[in-house]
Amino acid sequence: MLTIRLAFRNIMGAGLRTWLNIIVLALVLVMIIWVQGLIDGMREYMITAEINANLGGGQFWHRDYDPYDPLSYEESHAPPSPALQELITRGEATPILVAPAAIYPEGRMQSALLKGIDPTQEIISIPGRVLEAQDGDAIPALIGAQMAKQTKLGVGDYVTVRWRDANGTFDADDVRIVEIMHTPVPSIDVGQIWIPIERLRIMLQTPGEASLLLLRKGIPEIPEGGDAWVHRSLDYLLKDILEIIRFRLVTSRIIYGLLLFMGLLAIFDTQVLSVWRRRKEIGTLMALGMERDRVTGLFTFEGALHGILAVALGTVIGIPVLYYTFATGLPVPEMMSDFGVAIPQRLYPSYGIPLIVGTALVVLVSVTVVSFLPVSRITKLKPTDALRGGRS
Amino acid sequence: MDDRPLITTHDLVKQYPAGGGFFTALNKVNLSIQRGEFTGIVGPSGSGKTTLLNIIGALDYPSSGSTLVIGTDTQELDHRMSARLRNEHIGFIFQTYNLLPVYNVYENVEFPLLLLGMNADERDRAVMQALEWVGLTDKVRSRPNQLSGGESQRVAVARAMVKKPELVLADEPTANLDAENSHNILRMMVRFNEELRTTFVFATHDEKVIAYIRRKITLNDGMVVEDRETKPAIH
Ligand SMILES: Nc1ncnc2c1ncn2[C@@H]1O[C@H](COP(=O)(O)OP(=O)(O)OP(=O)(O)O)[C@@H](O)[C@H]1O
Ligand SMILES: [Mg+2]
Repeated sequence: MLTIRLAFRNIMGAGLRTWLNIIVLALVLVMIIWVQGLIDGMREYMITAEINANLGGGQFWHRDYDPYDPLSYEESHAPPSPALQELITRGEATPILVAPAAIYPEGRMQSALLKGIDPTQEIISIPGRVLEAQDGDAIPALIGAQMAKQTKLGVGDYVTVRWRDANGTFDADDVRIVEIMHTPVPSIDVGQIWIPIERLRIMLQTPGEASLLLLRKGIPEIPEGGDAWVHRSLDYLLKDILEIIRFRLVTSRIIYGLLLFMGLLAIFDTQVLSVWRRRKEIGTLMALGMERDRVTGLFTFEGALHGILAVALGTVIGIPVLYYTFATGLPVPEMMSDFGVAIPQRLYPSYGIPLIVGTALVVLVSVTVVSFLPVSRITKLKPTDALRGGRS
Repeated sequence: MDDRPLITTHDLVKQYPAGGGFFTALNKVNLSIQRGEFTGIVGPSGSGKTTLLNIIGALDYPSSGSTLVIGTDTQELDHRMSARLRNEHIGFIFQTYNLLPVYNVYENVEFPLLLLGMNADERDRAVMQALEWVGLTDKVRSRPNQLSGGESQRVAVARAMVKKPELVLADEPTANLDAENSHNILRMMVRFNEELRTTFVFATHDEKVIAYIRRKITLNDGMVVEDRETKPAIH
């Protein structure tokens, strides 16, 4: 009790210096939560966007399908097993057929991926409906804005596509771009040409077949896929994305670290320097009969008290600031658009309880440790040595 | 009343490592100081006065020999017990006052009583009485940096006396004070010595202090070269 009382006396007595430190720490705390909230918001957005636009709630892959090996695509398609077919009929899954192809925009060859999709599917947020009921002979095709920019294709343009059918025979035809979609998710945009699955099945001579099936989110029961089909959970599918996100967000982690470091530096200043300055005071306390563990405890608690007060002040500053940033979001600079993962136009931070409580705890604990270390060194001195040093 | 000496040292030696060998700061010091003495340890600079005072106050340990202070062998005390000995029985007065800078006068004087765990009423009474002794009741709320040197040292005296210790150790208490303040402080100490039977041991080479003491122990190169009663020149 005495320790608490004396610590309060000491830090209140130190006046301005105390408050400066507490304010710096509180600001750092709020900034850390804000930056980390942005990172978390970004992460959540990326993941959700990926699930909504590309992954669905999990997938079944043809046994031989390997998204990283385009050569595998020609071998990896089959009719869905009866159990999977039933899912498709119930609208809980939708088939995707994938075929490597070459396109010739402006006469130059470029490789692309033909993706057959059911125009009526509602499992991923691709505007497939535009592929329905197109008149004329040309195959209707949907591409993303980045793909359009890269190939200089616009709505209504025709482009020649060459592919190999199931027998290995090359074939070619024109597709007509019927829509350019704006999507934040690069994986359904860059290099992708979406056409109706029935047309692709005819082109490849693979009636009723698919390379993979997308599942609806939260379907009650995942059936056995049979020999030809392997279930891929969402966790499995997200692994790569998470890896990319982690890699992309390294800089943000560094910012987090730097901010924390700044805050601790403020405490480092008050503690290391002030403990040094206060050597004589420490010696006096010991001469007056204060036990050295108690002196250590006192100074450590003074540091911790900075942390506690900073958390309190941080709460007062933080609630309006964090609420405001949460409500209005933050515009994302254009230059981030080739990030390789989904980037929103406006970023809304996500402030979880674990983030807020965790950061407050990290600050409290680090402040306490940073306070303990220097004073534990001084109190190990003999009182006579401490008394000799520093003017108080 | 207990008629054993308050302080006894036996063949006290203190050596500091210096260069490759040792520097001997105290060399076989044998002393005995009775309760109620008003004693000065004098000698040239570097003769070992502060070292001796610190060992008596259990702030430091001798290299060999022993010290008995208020019935306890200070060499047998761990840092916890020596802290308790200082807190309960010994008052310190330093040349540089050593007030706690963020505490006001009242809080500085109150501090040893907080360590003793005294209750609030008793504490308040004792603090106010000590401040009355040193004539600073009008400065209770002042901070050390608002006090003159003489006032600061009076606060330090009040802090040392507030718990009515058996022993007060004062290392050059007047070195930073002018003549008037020095006499003022010394007269207070004589009064405490006479009225409360507090034992005072000074380390000093200040003639003003020497004029008040009743026993003069002279150190030179860490050895007691003279130890005699003196007639206080001033009362
Ligand atoms: N921690 C230490 N390490 C090494 N030598 C020390 C240490 N403390 C004191 N000494 C040496 O011991 C000797 C006695 O020192 P001490 O402080 O006791 O002298 P003093 O009589 O109090 O002198 P002054 O009148 O200048 O205060 C000095 O020569 C000093 O240099
Ligand atoms: Mg000295």
